[in-house]
Amino acid sequence: MIGLEIHCQLTNLQSKLFCSCKANYREFEPNTNLCPVCIGLPGSLPRLNQKAVEKASMIAMALNCKTPQRLGFFRKNYFYPDLPKNFQITQLNMYGPTSIGEQGKVSIEGKEIRIRRIQLEEDPGRLIYEGASERTQITLVDYNRAGTPLVEIVTEPDFDNPRQVRIFLNILSDLLENLGVSDPSLEGAMRADANVSIEGGLRVEVKNIGSFHDLEKSIHFELTRQQSLAERGIAIAQETRHWDDKRKITISSRSKEEDEDYRYILEGDIPWVILDSESIEKWKKNMPESISSKKERYITKYDIPVQVADVLSSDKYYSDLFEQAHTESNAKEIANMITTDLMGLVDTREKREQSKLTPKHLADLIEITNTGKITRSSAKNALQEIVKTGKSVSEIISQTGLAKISDEGELAKIILDVMTQEPTAVQQAKENPQTINYLVGKVMQKTKGTADPTLTLKILKEKIST
Amino acid sequence: MNLAISALEYISDVKNGNITAEEFIAKTLDQISRHEGKLHAFISINEKALDQAKAVDKKIKSKEKIGAFYGMPISIKDNISIKDGKTTCASKMLSDYVSPYDATVVSKLKSQDAILIGKANLDEFAMGVATEFSAFGPSKNPWNTDYVPGGSSGGSAASVSALECVASLGSDTGGSVRNPASFCSVVGLKPTYGLVSRYGLISYANSIEQIGPIARKVEDVAFLLNHIAGKDPNDSTTIDNHAQDYLAEIDSGIQGKKIGIIKEMSKGAGLDKNVESTFWRAVDSFEKLGAKIEEMSLDMVEYTVATYYVLTTAEAGSNLSRYDNIRYGYPMDLEGYEFKSYISKARRNFGPEVTRRMIIGGFVPSAGFAGKYLLKALKVKSKLKKQVLEAFKKFDFLISPTVPILPFKFGEKIDDPLAMYMADINTVTANLTGIPAISVPFEIHNGLPIGIQIHANSLQEKQLLQAAYALQGTTSLPGVSL
Repeated sequence: MIGLEIHCQLTNLQSKLFCSCKANYREFEPNTNLCPVCIGLPGSLPRLNQKAVEKASMIAMALNCKTPQRLGFFRKNYFYPDLPKNFQITQLNMYGPTSIGEQGKVSIEGKEIRIRRIQLEEDPGRLIYEGASERTQITLVDYNRAGTPLVEIVTEPDFDNPRQVRIFLNILSDLLENLGVSDPSLEGAMRADANVSIEGGLRVEVKNIGSFHDLEKSIHFELTRQQSLAERGIAIAQETRHWDDKRKITISSRSKEEDEDYRYILEGDIPWVILDSESIEKWKKNMPESISSKKERYITKYDIPVQVADVLSSDKYYSDLFEQAHTESNAKEIANMITTDLMGLVDTREKREQSKLTPKHLADLIEITNTGKITRSSAKNALQEIVKTGKSVSEIISQTGLAKISDEGELAKIILDVMTQEPTAVQQAKENPQTINYLVGKVMQKTKGTADPTLTLKILKEKIST
Repeated sequence: MNLAISALEYISDVKNGNITAEEFIAKTLDQISRHEGKLHAFISINEKALDQAKAVDKKIKSKEKIGAFYGMPISIKDNISIKDGKTTCASKMLSDYVSPYDATVVSKLKSQDAILIGKANLDEFAMGVATEFSAFGPSKNPWNTDYVPGGSSGGSAASVSALECVASLGSDTGGSVRNPASFCSVVGLKPTYGLVSRYGLISYANSIEQIGPIARKVEDVAFLLNHIAGKDPNDSTTIDNHAQDYLAEIDSGIQGKKIGIIKEMSKGAGLDKNVESTFWRAVDSFEKLGAKIEEMSLDMVEYTVATYYVLTTAEAGSNLSRYDNIRYGYPMDLEGYEFKSYISKARRNFGPEVTRRMIIGGFVPSAGFAGKYLLKALKVKSKLKKQVLEAFKKFDFLISPTVPILPFKFGEKIDDPLAMYMADINTVTANLTGIPAISVPFEIHNGLPIGIQIHANSLQEKQLLQAAYALQGTTSLPGVSL
């Protein structure tokens, strides 16, 4: 059995959870994104970021959680150098349900994964270890991250295997992105710990997992380790183990973290937040359309194939492009262009950031292809140019000679050239008309895709049969 | 020139040109330099006070807009942050700490041209009833320097009493404004929880403490409250008081008001006989003022001191854990320490009472004991609150002696924490229930002051100050002779 504790930063918020420092701490020099509140100076008090409550509540609702009538915040007391107040302001259900969500569920491949609890809390600062960079001759603390809004999602131990974990995390990551609350591709924006146990054994918590890829590996390792212990009749102790990134194994933590007593007390500086049905309804209304509803709409309304709709709906970047570029009539073609031609050009965060493509480019490109001014394969070439330069479609066509060659005389000359260069292929085509496509391809190659394919085939057939 | 004037008298004297701010500040600084040696009411003195006074006088002369305080000297308890100097909390842990920001109350006073004359002494982190736990040495009671001034705002009360300032801001977690006010024969108010911003007040037990004004006259306390109360975006627990004027109609009297005598605070073995008889004379005075008086009972009071110490230590354990000497603190060689041993070494700069309360504070909310201590204390707190709310359906005010005992000598209780904690029995109820309470000087017994405490329902400060003003009118107390 596998359960997860996932931490997601609300990276799209303007400010930290309890002060107005920037939530996007990544672009700052160490210890420059700070104020008395987020470094817990004496006398400072937290001011709850209402936007964070709204966004976290949206996550809870998207994961089908129950929303409490009031939110409470608690102090989790422990000492660590990256924790400015030596307590973390977080949530739990000490006096009834007061955390942002509980008892949710997500379906993966027909299996239901139950969500135990979702809580809104502050991220600590970061230790930059000795030797991690030229500037860290000794271990140093950077508090820029301290106080950034974090949502912790705790699942029940409902996963059977690492594969389900991976599917779940992909779904969750798409969901967060679709809600517009977080960019999971940012380093450290989504982190997970796993609780792993086998039948008859106690729960082992695996921490310090750097990536989802390693999470899958660490669960694999832990399951195997536990099974081999069980086979030898050795009892599995309840403990916390750390993932060793280099050796790809889990190691027992010498510090008994499971014994740590956090001495939770109510955070009196943040009054109870009453969640009236009015705000809940308002937030619900403001929630973007869910991935599954988008997919459904793409299939039924536009007759987009299931696989295409799947790719399109689960990636917010693609679906946003689609939503803005498509009309009733061109939807299917836009969808195809995104999922076949565009995908390879913008498949990473960096490429997306650098891309100059706008939804209008896509719409124009489809329109101009449909009017017959350029070929489908020219459109693909144009797309490359657009992503790189952002030039308008008409500009690209006039500048790069992508306009379709539909002049019969001009095309016939090119075809004759190709036939002279490819006598064997011509001979073959005469014997077996189906191989004529090879020659069509050669013509396309020579014209860099600008030849009108229908016209090319017609002329070729005429020339070969004579 | 007379330093023994009220805040309101000071303002009218400066307005009328009878005195200048500079003259008054100069004389106040002279008073401080003459008496600080034996009183030690201050931890630090504002060295720019005289320049600030000159600036105020210049404003007045050139008819510029001038703030309501006209350069009045106010002392500030040294657990309230002021960015111009050190804020030490009377602790070695913060002996060199300079706050980069002003507390909300401090910005408010500054913007109204008050002169913050100095940082007043206190028990370390406001934990104590005698200022004996200040890491920089105790303050003395101006009425008799062999005696404690009360605490934890002992420096504030002593400085007001000894004419080293016109008024002061203290903080009250379990009586820390009212107790020293009673011991030093000055007026001290603990406002409704949330009425005054705590932003910049260094937390001890944040869910029950409030900053409160201390002055020689009830009307001065009302004046101060007018300028420090109200909603503050930096403190989410603050309440909008709609800019209520606490000074207007302060002389309305209490004719026909219903007053309850809290039995559990006004009788019994722990109550000093002299305090008791003084209290009953105060009851007579209330009666003569036209109030209807009746004895009543709050039986939860018996458990309040235990409850108070469980709740406050739990919160203190959390609030004070940030003092790990990593981000600020004092010079210390880190070499050779693993993190946890480093923490325990770093925290050795806490004094004995803070250490005691933090140890208890680590215990009472801990797994396996929270139910027996912290959660039980929270239950008492909510039951007490219910009883008090019920009582205010019937009564306008509830009264008691402020402190059940007379000021005591230094060292008398320092080794008996339980006896020391019992001195809080009459004051902690206001903190645990969030209601306002005021201590009004009523008699001097053998040279030692005795104060009377009046409680009102939440946000009823206006009525509370009217009752206190009426009681003040029945007294004629001498000033302290230094």
